[in-house]
Amino acid sequence: MSSWGEDPVLKVEHLTMHFGGLVAIDDVSFDVGRHDITALIGPNGAGKTTVFNCITGFYKPTEGTMELRQPDGPTFRLERLDDHQINATARVARTFQNIRLFSGMTVLENLMVAQHTGLSRASGLTIGAILGLGSFARAETAAVELARHWLERVGLVARADTPAGDLPYGDQRRLEIARAMCTRPLLLCLDEPAAGLNARESEGLNELLYSIRAQEKIAIFLIEHDMSVVMAISDHIIVLDYGKKIADGTPQEIRDDPSVIAAYLGVPDEELPEAVSEVRP
Amino acid sequence: MAEPGTSFGQRLTLALWDSFLAGLIAFALFSLVLGLRTEDNVTGLTLQPRPLLLAVAVGIVFFGRLLLDLFVWQAEHPLTDPFARLFTRDGFDRRDVTVLGGTAVLAVLGIILATALGAPAYALIAVAVLAFIALGLLRRAIVHLFPDLPYARIFVTAGILFALFFPLTTYALESAFHLGMPLRYWFDLSILVLTYVMLGWGLNIVVGLAGLLDLGYVAFYAVGAYTFALLATHFGLGFWICLPIAGLAAAAWGIILGFPVLRLRGDYLAIVTLAFGEIIRIVLLNWTEVTNGPNGISSIPKPTFFGLPFSPFANSTTFAQFFGLKYDPLHGIIFLYYVILALALLTNLVTLRMRRLPIGRAWEAMREDEIACRSLGINTTITKLTAFATGALFGGLAGGFFATRQGFISPESFTFIESAIILAIVVLGGMGSQLGVAIAAVVLVGGFEALRHTDGLQSFFGAGFDPALYRMLLFGIAMVGIMVWRPRGLISSRAPTITLGDAQAIPAKLVEEGRA
Repeated sequence: MSSWGEDPVLKVEHLTMHFGGLVAIDDVSFDVGRHDITALIGPNGAGKTTVFNCITGFYKPTEGTMELRQPDGPTFRLERLDDHQINATARVARTFQNIRLFSGMTVLENLMVAQHTGLSRASGLTIGAILGLGSFARAETAAVELARHWLERVGLVARADTPAGDLPYGDQRRLEIARAMCTRPLLLCLDEPAAGLNARESEGLNELLYSIRAQEKIAIFLIEHDMSVVMAISDHIIVLDYGKKIADGTPQEIRDDPSVIAAYLGVPDEELPEAVSEVRP
Repeated sequence: MAEPGTSFGQRLTLALWDSFLAGLIAFALFSLVLGLRTEDNVTGLTLQPRPLLLAVAVGIVFFGRLLLDLFVWQAEHPLTDPFARLFTRDGFDRRDVTVLGGTAVLAVLGIILATALGAPAYALIAVAVLAFIALGLLRRAIVHLFPDLPYARIFVTAGILFALFFPLTTYALESAFHLGMPLRYWFDLSILVLTYVMLGWGLNIVVGLAGLLDLGYVAFYAVGAYTFALLATHFGLGFWICLPIAGLAAAAWGIILGFPVLRLRGDYLAIVTLAFGEIIRIVLLNWTEVTNGPNGISSIPKPTFFGLPFSPFANSTTFAQFFGLKYDPLHGIIFLYYVILALALLTNLVTLRMRRLPIGRAWEAMREDEIACRSLGINTTITKLTAFATGALFGGLAGGFFATRQGFISPESFTFIESAIILAIVVLGGMGSQLGVAIAAVVLVGGFEALRHTDGLQSFFGAGFDPALYRMLLFGIAMVGIMVWRPRGLISSRAPTITLGDAQAIPAKLVEEGRA
């Protein structure tokens, strides 16, 4: 049994998603290890983002279960939670393929909004905080400290009071990850985090992801197109094609899997042996 | 501005062609509106052509456009630049001095000439031009001498101090020296303006912060007013009990409206809230047993000063007797002024405080991006409902105050035009900006009122001219002007709610507008 199957943070079973007659995801099952970087790859239109949207609650799957297991606590059935509960109670955070920052708010404000759940509890239904409750002031100081911590981690502390919309693209990507981390997730889902980054920024992103895994001890689940990034940082790769899972394993296993090569090269099954032999000298 | 190297001849040709087109459009538009008039004769309605008026209107458009083309839009050095530079910190060059000085000399000559010819109204225009230049120079002088003063804060403090002391000071002056100031009128107008400031601030929570376009805000105003009126007239409850209940009732209706519109965004939301406003008004109009229908509810009691009534005589001690003053109807009005001032400031303080709390940040985040909000664990359903409820609460409080001030309410006070004016105040002021909304309320409501008392205009347009009739036209022109020059409202930048270092205003182009 593979290492991710022993203590999965997320266990997806028989996930199926229909859009009318279109089967976007067809009976997909996989595990995401608690301390792994797991990558979801596949050709365009394979259903990667649909899987993400199901996990993070933006779609309700047609069939299947998604179990989120907290370390020594309860298990949540993600398909039964509302989208905001998936972050607030099950502690799954996500970023978006096309960055969704609050562009008219400052970098710091973006990180404060991310800590809404905790702060709002401390604000005593708002009325307490309007009257100047001390517990809220303490919670806010702690929230600013957490925000400052993440700004230092992503190297944006000098730009804390800049509107998020004014940041360069690479900084926006990192800010979105910092914002997701400010919700203190157990599972961080990144939708193409390296898209649009240059080689140096992409390198920095890899280091950030390593440091998150090492220090926060959380699971990172990402969609990525850039194979060099995926092969370099992932512990575990899941390959989708036409909504079906076609492979699941370590980077080495995936690299050698003929069906993955075929899916990426687009070769019919009967010609597969020749195609593989051409690719691999 | 003209491209460099174009000769005057080319520019003139372009300008003439452009003005010809503008004149043509003006002719097409005005030919029916101004060029023809229906007159009621013995024989029935007849069409009366008015070619002269039409020619004058088209001529104004043609020559106006020509002058603008030649001296502003296509000129190498637009004639308006020196006037714009007057209100910046940039230095003047020789051209600017020539233009400004020349204008000032012309204005002085105009004053002398107009006075000599006995046309004081025209002299007023020249005085206004001079005042404009003087104001600009004064502003430059102040900014030059004290470049780092927090001008916005000084302006706000001065405004609040003025609002706090204006009635007492003028009243004291009037009682001491009998200057004959129309105090009653001033106070009534101030109360009206403050009511709209409060309504603007209330709606600003929904539209400006949460980004939910609400066209039926007057419904909450109506709910507050009727709740107050019914409680006060049927159960004899006092002002300080009825007022919060009116606010809470409106907030409850805010939540009731919130539920069905949770899934709607933008235009659809606007239409449903518009319909909600109309439903409330029509129910008030037709539910005669409770609301007395179109006849409205009358003799709503006036507020008392902690139990002391403001009346010349009463069963209990009156306000004047208690303090040993001579009875003056102005006492009650000054009290009303301070009540609405306190309510408006309360609205402002609560809004400013809430902006810095999780709920306020969630509102603004929802305006920016609702999907990202949900991915961060924010319950957008509750966030929307709180925005509607908080906005409605202040609308209801303002409605309760309106009921007690008027002493009479009927559905006619709560038509769509009220919603439109309140929304216009928010949009013109700058969505999300408290100061902008206050300025817009003063200018719009106070400006409309000032039109009734602008006698100088009659000397231009004839004795029968009533400027108040043109207020919707001016309103429209103001709207178009703001949308052209300041599409995000008078004060459109956004102040951050929390900072690590120095605060910097966020330019409007980055901030989302009400659409969700």
